[in-house]
Amino acid sequence: MDRNRLQHQVACMRRSLFDQGYLDEQFIQLEELQDDANPNFVQEIVTLFYTDSARLIQSIEQALNSRPIDFSKLDDYMHQFKGSSSSIGAKKVTNECTVFREYCRAENAEGCIRSFQQVKQEYAILRRKLEVYFQMVRQAAVAHTA
Amino acid sequence: MVDGSAEDMGLMNNFTVLVVDDDPIICKVHDLLLKKFGLKPQVVENGRKAVDLCLACGTFNLILMDKEMPVMDGVEATRELRAIGVNSLIVGVTSRGSPDEKKAFMEAGLDFCFEKPLTPEKITILLHELNQNN
Repeated sequence: MDRNRLQHQVACMRRSLFDQGYLDEQFIQLEELQDDANPNFVQEIVTLFYTDSARLIQSIEQALNSRPIDFSKLDDYMHQFKGSSSSIGAKKVTNECTVFREYCRAENAEGCIRSFQQVKQEYAILRRKLEVYFQMVRQAAVAHTA
Repeated sequence: MVDGSAEDMGLMNNFTVLVVDDDPIICKVHDLLLKKFGLKPQVVENGRKAVDLCLACGTFNLILMDKEMPVMDGVEATRELRAIGVNSLIVGVTSRGSPDEKKAFMEAGLDFCFEKPLTPEKITILLHELNQNN
């Protein structure tokens, strides 16, 4: 497929990620930092997010499985996770984190467990979508103009 | 794009900057953002290291201080830095916290408190401030 068509596809996918609420303005801030000297900055940041947040996800799982549940510790972990997810513009993930923290403050264990499932789901969906998106960006970059 | 912004605005940008944050993503984002303005930040991951660095190597023109960090948080670090006579521009960088939390952070000795992550507009404000003070 020629470059123009691929670039058009990239633009469409990018627009849909925003229109469907997966990403917000913060992602645009990251894109604006990317330049010739840092050509893969956005992908590097996203990769760093998924690498770094894996340990937080694990900590939250462990905290949810322990009895009694330490809601204060849970809230700390989720505060960190939410901070990171909002730094990359992960809108749906961040919103689910907010819901989780509300259940946490109410010390509602079931609510926490349920909303954490939602957090993980959005986290996984976004990861997959961004993998596809970055792959398309790379393909468009190396394609020839017809 | 933010390239060459400082020069374009006729601002000096040969200031020393310290980024204090335990979130590697924020550190990477702020590091690149500051470099775009021609600044060369040092980065440490908690308040204790920030205080030790200032004690050992002299102070910085600008310190960007996260609030919640392990070992020593931003509030305590800011308080300690002011207590030892550090008169850098200290800017708190927080996730959306309650007004009471921000107030406590400001009262520890901050000059400004911004929500994270920082943006080119906020860096511009800080550069103006640094230019005025120097």
